[in-house]
Amino acid sequence: MANISSNFLGIKSPNPFWLASAPPTDKKINVLRAFEAGWGGVVWKTLGSQVKNVSSRYSAVDYGGHKVMGFNNIELISDRPLAINLKEIEECIKLFPDRAMIVSLMADNTRESWHDIIKKVEDTGAHGFELNFGCPHGMTERGMGAAVGQDPEIAKMVVEWVMEKATIPVITKLTPNVHSVVPTGIAVVEAGTNALSLINTIQSVTGVDLNTLVPNPYVDGKSVFGGYCGPAVKPIALKMLTTIAQNEVTSKVPVSGIGGVSTWKDAVEFMLLGASNVQVCTAAMKHGFRIVEDMCEGLNNWMDEKGFNTLEDFIGKSVEKIVHWEDLDMNYHHIAKINQDKCIHCGLCYIACEDTSHQSINLDFGKPYNTYSIKEEECVGCNLCQLVCPVSDCITMEEHRVAPESINWIEYQKRGLPLNDH
Amino acid sequence: MSIISNRLTADQYENNFSDIHPPFETKDAAIVEANRCLFCYDAPCMKSCPTSIDVPKFIKQITTDNVKGSAHTIFSSNIMGAGCSKVCPVEKLCEGACVYNLMDEDPIPIAKLQRYSTEKAMEQKWQLFKRKESTGKKVAIVGAGPAGLSCAHVLSREGIDVTIYEKEKQGGGLMTYGIAAYKVTPQFCKDEVDYILSIGGITVKYEQELGKNISIADLQKNYDAVYMAIGVGLARQLEIPGEHMEGVVDAISFIYEIRNNGFNKVAVGDKVAVIGMGMTAIDAATQAKRLGASEVTMLYRRTQEEMPCTEVELNIAKLDGCEIKWLASPKEVIGADGKATALVVEKMKLGDPDQSGRRSPVSTGETYNLEVDMIIKAAGQTPFQELIEMNGFKNKNGKLEVSDTQTSLTGIFAGGDCVNGGREVVDAVQAGKDGAFEILKFLSV
Repeated sequence: MANISSNFLGIKSPNPFWLASAPPTDKKINVLRAFEAGWGGVVWKTLGSQVKNVSSRYSAVDYGGHKVMGFNNIELISDRPLAINLKEIEECIKLFPDRAMIVSLMADNTRESWHDIIKKVEDTGAHGFELNFGCPHGMTERGMGAAVGQDPEIAKMVVEWVMEKATIPVITKLTPNVHSVVPTGIAVVEAGTNALSLINTIQSVTGVDLNTLVPNPYVDGKSVFGGYCGPAVKPIALKMLTTIAQNEVTSKVPVSGIGGVSTWKDAVEFMLLGASNVQVCTAAMKHGFRIVEDMCEGLNNWMDEKGFNTLEDFIGKSVEKIVHWEDLDMNYHHIAKINQDKCIHCGLCYIACEDTSHQSINLDFGKPYNTYSIKEEECVGCNLCQLVCPVSDCITMEEHRVAPESINWIEYQKRGLPLNDH
Repeated sequence: MSIISNRLTADQYENNFSDIHPPFETKDAAIVEANRCLFCYDAPCMKSCPTSIDVPKFIKQITTDNVKGSAHTIFSSNIMGAGCSKVCPVEKLCEGACVYNLMDEDPIPIAKLQRYSTEKAMEQKWQLFKRKESTGKKVAIVGAGPAGLSCAHVLSREGIDVTIYEKEKQGGGLMTYGIAAYKVTPQFCKDEVDYILSIGGITVKYEQELGKNISIADLQKNYDAVYMAIGVGLARQLEIPGEHMEGVVDAISFIYEIRNNGFNKVAVGDKVAVIGMGMTAIDAATQAKRLGASEVTMLYRRTQEEMPCTEVELNIAKLDGCEIKWLASPKEVIGADGKATALVVEKMKLGDPDQSGRRSPVSTGETYNLEVDMIIKAAGQTPFQELIEMNGFKNKNGKLEVSDTQTSLTGIFAGGDCVNGGREVVDAVQAGKDGAFEILKFLSV
């Protein structure tokens, strides 16, 4: 059995699965249930400024009969009295001393406010802080949350205030509502943050009610932009994570990966692209805390199969595999192949290729079943047919190199090799 | 042993004749199944439908909350799409061709989804087609069954003024009079006919029978074209001794009675033999059982390999407790006081293939007696040969001969069972469409 215990900045947890700062980590009752279910740690819902929440708070995007492919919320930071939060945090730590307890913070924009709350939270025995520079709604209008994260200078200033006071590790959470997360990432690393976490939610409108014509979520006939998360945002999060993992400044600190992590597979992908652990929210909000069981077991089995003994054995292993386009090998070529024994004659590959790609699939009419085959000389190897095929391993991409040597775009141009040749 | 009515309580009748294929209880249930559909291209299900309903499209439309569009997609190809969703042998048509069968997965419940959209359209009385302004052309249709109604609807859409002559009191043909009541209720059949006619431009004259109240000559004189959709009607005779004894009935009359008179008024024997293994034979056997017969035995000259009904249908009969005897041919009806008491059954074996390519049954010479008090003949129906020949139509054993749906008499077109000898409702609907297109060409509309 592989060892899936995690050590993030010296903060230990029995597994790399933390619950992200959000409604599931708002109260003692939730957090104790999470720890009982097996979660490695929690980031307690953001403490700080005084707020008041509205009703409703969430909305979702369903797809193809699956509920909550994407999820958004307009909830603010914790709306409970600070003293109660602090007392409950302390109690949770005492009841589950082996789990990670990180506390998310978003103080008013003054050094004193930050210093004051840091002191109070440290007194609970919490293991670390996460600075909420990402919340995209409600708090931004007051110059907090994403308003901080979107401006590297302000973010840097706040991190400097925090680092003056904090004696436990500090993680800075980045907002994705920027053209690149790297400038803020660099600024806060230079200001001394011990780690980064990303991504926070993405500003969004999940849809419009076609009867009332009011966008979601509904608040008495009106709506606001909400923070988007869940499986739909995972690819965006992975891209932003990679840019942080590849930057020479930001790659010096550990990263906690967030954004649509729902299964052990998602978690492994985040870790392969540089995250030291992951944080989960939407999947737990959809299914409850019990999902952590399969996350642990699946991760363990995968590590055993791949021969990885510890998380460190594979963290970051895929980072170098994402390169610039011009570094790709122009001589690599692969061609689709349809396994006729597996084909169910649905024609989805054909119509996708014929209508929207390169007309590379033959159709032999039959009643009722047509036969489909690849025109090898036409196939550009785009993968579209394989992606739409409903049968596993029915369409495979077979390697047919143009030439044995590898040649990138720059070299290709240098040699004056043919362009626009398809 | 005797043939009596009112064998069961009202509750028992209701239970026995309730919908055999219940609809989706909720929209969510329909959407779960609709979302399973892969949306195949040049879909095998569509190609296996005689009316070529665009199945992937209508199912996709259910998932997008466009049920009105879904119903329009279905009715555009098959105006009896609601009834067909209940009576089609889908296991050998659309659902039988669903690609999920090739993955050893359950096929998409296409019929049930089709019912979902079409029933909603009928309930809401959505008028999905707009009749073009009248062209002034007039077409007479003989028979308000599936072929006649389908033809009428297409013609009316194109602005033809249609008059249908129907010998029964209600339209729908075999849908209304010849199908088991647990598949379609009389009320549904009436609603379906009303829904089809609601487009306007179609007048139905009931209780008007060709050869009695109307003649081909009159129709030719008064209309620009005529469409014959008279179906088949006469039960094929067994041609065996004792066939005319009391207790020997034909399946079509038996089913007609059930559809027309109410369950408790239909007399049924205690021990019933049903001759034949087509869909009508199944409908007769299962309904005899459901009316309270204690034993029902189905006899078929050939084996399960050659049976005309589908396995799904056969299983309905088996689950109803009907006994099946393969390679069994009726030889003689024995009786007392003019009433049937037993059927002499000849054991058969399979010989050489016949014209249909199926191996033909040959007598073994061995017989046995089956004690029965009722014998239902469901060995197929024969065309109205006399009527056809009397009017000078070219025909083959009473089946109208047509070329591009036109009969040997100019301006008189025909389709459905009276041409093909008897197929599914869905085949008749397609025949009606084909006939309408040829009539429109003929009329240069």
